[in-house]
Formats: sequence, structure tokens, C-alpha cells
Amino acid sequence: MISLVRRPQPSRVWAWATPILAVLLTVIAGSLMFAALGKDPVAAIRTIFYDPLFDPQFAGYSRPQLLVKAGPLILIATGLALGFKAGVWNIGAEGQYIMGAIAGAAAGLALYPIEATFIFPLMVIAGALGGWIWAMIPAILKTRFNTNEILVSLLLVYVAENLLASVAVGALRNPEGGGFPGSRNLAQWASSANAELIADTGLHWGVVAAIIAVIFAYVLLHRHLTGVHIRLAGQAPRAARFAGVNPNRLVVFCFAISGALAGLAGIFEVTGPAGQISIDFNVGYGFTAIIVAFLGRLHPVGILLAGLLMALTYIGGELASFMLGIPAAAIQAFQGMLLFFLLAVDVLTHYSIRLGSKRLA
Amino acid sequence: MLRRTLLGAAATTLALSTGAFAQDEPTKVGFVYVGPVGDGGWTYEHEQGRLAVEEAFGDQVETVFQESVPEGADAERVMTQMALSGADLIFTTSFGYMDPTINVAQKFPDVKFEHATGYKTADNVANYSARFYEGRMVQGHIAGKMTETNKIGYIASFPIPEVIRGINASFLAAKAVNPDVEFNVVWAFTWFDPAKESDAARALIEQGADVILQHTDSTAPQAAAADAGDVITFGQASDMSEYAPMPRVSSIIDNWGPYYVERVGQVMEGTWEPHSIWYGIDEGMVKIGEISDAVPEEVKAEALAMRDAIAAGELHPFTGPINRQDGTEWLAEGETADDGTLLGMDFYVEGLTGDIPN
Repeated sequence: MISLVRRPQPSRVWAWATPILAVLLTVIAGSLMFAALGKDPVAAIRTIFYDPLFDPQFAGYSRPQLLVKAGPLILIATGLALGFKAGVWNIGAEGQYIMGAIAGAAAGLALYPIEATFIFPLMVIAGALGGWIWAMIPAILKTRFNTNEILVSLLLVYVAENLLASVAVGALRNPEGGGFPGSRNLAQWASSANAELIADTGLHWGVVAAIIAVIFAYVLLHRHLTGVHIRLAGQAPRAARFAGVNPNRLVVFCFAISGALAGLAGIFEVTGPAGQISIDFNVGYGFTAIIVAFLGRLHPVGILLAGLLMALTYIGGELASFMLGIPAAAIQAFQGMLLFFLLAVDVLTHYSIRLGSKRLA
Repeated sequence: MLRRTLLGAAATTLALSTGAFAQDEPTKVGFVYVGPVGDGGWTYEHEQGRLAVEEAFGDQVETVFQESVPEGADAERVMTQMALSGADLIFTTSFGYMDPTINVAQKFPDVKFEHATGYKTADNVANYSARFYEGRMVQGHIAGKMTETNKIGYIASFPIPEVIRGINASFLAAKAVNPDVEFNVVWAFTWFDPAKESDAARALIEQGADVILQHTDSTAPQAAAADAGDVITFGQASDMSEYAPMPRVSSIIDNWGPYYVERVGQVMEGTWEPHSIWYGIDEGMVKIGEISDAVPEEVKAEALAMRDAIAAGELHPFTGPINRQDGTEWLAEGETADDGTLLGMDFYVEGLTGDIPN
């Protein structure tokens, strides 16, 4: 008989070993799935994990793209992790990401076609505010009326998506676009363009912001009283209350930070890689960031690595998809396995495995 | 004599060495799809086009595709990776791929690009689209004849010219045969969302519609109509014949295969040139799916005659007198719409109720 025994304290070793184990299990299970689809599993795994980084044909382009794809994931996940650590569940980062992009783009487009250096910083501030305001709705409903923040923040994503569609064909539509949906191209307007800071590195302001956010979150969590409050509230809410933590203030704080960071991710994306507000501008960064946050153990450095790994599975997954003809759904299943195995082996962090039946004395 | 032979041989060698590419190494053609290949509508038909290319050229061609590619930064990356993998020609099959296509094309001047349903071209970028509104006219005619409640529901996707054109074309045709007909347009703000499309169809049916027209790509409205019973529908983008003979009584089929084969052939021969084309029923890019037995014989005959007249250029779906919704004149008696106005169409014709969301 195998039995699970709860550890008195979560294992530190397993906390870091489980993500690696989860990746290994994903590779094994993924290989079986690819083999079952009649594809060469070794080639598939190599194309996903190795080719984007080292293949001479693709790596020169794929490596910078890793940063482009990982940037918004890390930026959003860092903010979400603060809340998740405190037991504050912001599931609606996708909506805050959209609202950041809309608010920032609107602030910029209102000034079109002036060329001025203040426009881009203004758009960035407006973007952060847009995400922040959208996050304040579930936060205040939670603290005032005790509504469920998971539900409210999630449902506001769909509201934001409809607003996005509406402005893409209405208020922010490119007047010179022949009636087609979509805003002016912000990446082609010098004042708003979030271009690469160093050519061919993929490094744009959003990536810089992500790195700053990681450092900021690390300091906050590990060197600051707020961090202590956050961790305490998550691990022992009652004890936190006795320690003088105001739970409402913490909810507002966590939503404010995660909303603003998601909004920033949105504005950096719309002024850079995406270029324009379009009907389908959002591609799920806000939801994928939840996976990234947990894959990174809610630790800022872990999130940095997890974001890069997730980006690799996207870029490598695309390569595998068209080079080897693997269906897109199989690639998504492969990414889903990663979260599945992570959660499954997470049990090892909190429990130890005993062989032999446990008897009552 | 010898000299001429030598020269001839040299010319042949030269021709072979330039043409060798097509013979030794297959021409690589990439396709970027916005939906899954099994969507049963828009992407499915592009996939049929890719298969037609494979069938036409066999070993001379190698095709790759990527499905469910989001519009924007991801599309740009997929196209770039395809170009890096050695693609000679890339079809990008959604409107939202326009700017990414232009951006990637600038970086790969030797790779040819074909963008569907947009309006931008470049030295190595062509664009192509189909005159779906021609099919909408035929659909509108059948709808106007068949409705008993005189209420026609229309599931629209986004308020863009292509969709507005479709609404106007079908309304004019329905109105011409049934002056009492009313259109109820629901804007779904999606191209593909079975749950949303199904809800829209059910709501329209509850409000009395007995004909559902759709400009969204899933078969969900067909299923909703089948549940309701006495409601007819039309296949969109694809034939959707699994719902024939009822509720699906006909369809508009996007037929990309012949165009794809033609353009791939031109790349092989080195005669590919960028262009901007808008093909209709005449060129075979728009097809009317089989009209089922649920439609009375005479209506069917009229619809087919209409189709043939459009193909022959004798009939234009937008022929005056037509007023705009606000009552101002758009087309005078006998005047037909020019492509420029059609491509940018942002207004309803007279008789349609409701506003275009803006």
C-alpha cells in the first residue's frame, strides 16, 4: 500500500524539484501522444524545445521572439502571483490587459498625428490606469459587497472583449482604413512606436518593464513588510488579522498591482508587436499568465523562468505544427499537460509518500 | 549548325538551371489559417484549396499549414518562421493578417505572399477576395420567396463592409420578391463562436423569424434551426450539406482551390505578379450550393437563373434605383454600384431597420 503523509512543512526541495519533474513528465506523456498521432516523438520534442534556441535556420529569429512572447506573460504573472500568494484571486488579467491597451491607445490616438516625445510615456501611464481601473471593479465589489472576486474578474474579461470589438470598429477605427476594423498602426507612428531598443534582440520596453517588475516583486515579497503581510494572509488568514493586516486593503492592493501590470502589458503589446487595436487583439496572455505564475511557484524568479519556458513551448509548438504537421490542438494539449503534471506532482511538496500500510496503534 | 546547337544547348541549360528549382526541389507553399481546419466553414474551405494544390502538383509541391493563428504579433511570427523554413509562396487567409503580411513581406523580398480579403499590395504581396454578395443575392431571393412570417433573421459578425454588403444584397433581393419582408440583424461580434451563434439563432427564431441567414462560420445556427423545426437556413462559406435538405436549403461556398492552383503554378513558372482581384460566381470563386427539395421547383429555377445571369454579367446585385437608409439617393435608375463604393460600404439601404453599430 502506498499512503500519503502530510508534511509538517512544505518541502523546500520538492517545491523546486516539482516544476522540473513536471516538465519531464510532460515530455514523456507528450511523446506518447505525438507517437499515437503517428509523428516522430523525438523530432517533435526536438522541434519544440531545441530548434527555436539552436537550429541555425530559425534560432536567429526565434530567440528574440522568446522575449517578445515571454515579456507580457512575465509582466502579468508577476502581478497575479502577489495576489495568489495572499489568497486574492484575480482571474481577469485578460480583461485588464485589453483595457490597458484600449486606454493607452486611445490616449495616444487622441493626439494623432502630433510627433512628440511625451506621447509614448503618456500612453504607458494611461495603459496602466486602464488596467488598474478595470481591476478595481472586482476589488471594490469584493471589499464593499463581499462578491466573489474570481467570478467578477473573470466575467469582466468578456465585457472587455466586447468593448474591444466595439472600439475596433467604432471609436478607434482607422479613418483611413476604408471602413475595415482596426485602429491606426501604432507601431508605425514614431511617437507611439514601442520599437526594439537594440535591433534584433526582441528587447522592447515591455520586456524591460517585465524585468523591473520581477525585481520589484522580489524586493516587495522578501524585503518588505507588505510582502510579509501578503504571505501571512495567504498561509494563515486568521493570524494575519491578529497581526494587524487589513484584509480589504490587501485585496485592493493586490488587484491594483496586478491590474496595472496587466494594463502595462497591454499597452506595450499594442504599441509594439501587435501594432494596432483590432477585434482579436487579445490572444490569451492574461489566462496563460495564470499557468506561468503557478509554474513559477509564485516566486518572481521562478516566474521569469516559467515565462521563458512557456514562450518556448509556443514558438516551438508553432514550428512543430507546420514543420511536422502536428495539429494545433495537440500542441495545446501538450501545454495543458504541463499545468496538469505540475499540479499533480505538487502533492509531493505537501505530502511524503510512505510505502506499506499505516496502522492505528 | 554546331554553333547554333551549342547555343541552343546553352540556352536549354540556362533555362534548366533557373527552372531547376521547380524540378529538383519542390515548391514550398505555406498556408496560415485563422481557425481550426475542422471548423466546417471558412478555414475548412481554405484547407480544401490547399489539398487541391497538393493534388494538382503532386511531388512538385510541398505544402505546410498552421491553423488557429491569432491575428497580430503571432501571425507575424508564424509567417516569418514559414519564410525561414524555405516557403516560396505563403497564403494568409484572414483579413487581420494584412499588416503582418506586409511587414513580413518586406523582410523576405524573394518570397511571394497572397493575402485574402484585404486591400494592401506590395511588390511581393497580392490580395484576393471573393464577391460573396453575389451569392447573397441568390440567397435573399430564396429567403424572400420562402418566408411565411415575413421575418428574416440575420446573424452578422462584425460591422465591416463585407458583412454590410451581404446584408444589403440579400435584403434587396428579398424585398424585390416580397415587399413585406423585414430583416432583423443581430451582431455577434465574432466569426466563429458556436455557443453565441446558437443563442443568436434561437433569439431570432423566438422573435418570429422563419429564415436565418448567417455571416458567421459555424454550423450552430443550422442546429438551432433544426431544433426549432420550420425554419430554413443557408450554409455559410462551406456547403454545410449535413443539414440538407432541411433546415439548410442552399449555401454559399467559397471555392479557393482553382485560384490557389493557378497562383502556385505561376510561382513555379516564374510568372507570378502581384495583383488585387475580386472574383465572383463568374470565375467560380463563389459557388451556390445545391438547392434542396425543400425549395419549390419554380423558386429553385428562378434562383438558378439569377445565378447564371450574375455569372454572365447581365445582372448586378446592386442596380438602381436604390436609396440609402436615410432616404437619400445612392444609385439612379439602371445605375450599378462601382467597386470602390462596395469595398467601403458602411451604410444600409432603404428599408432596413436598425443601426449599424459604431
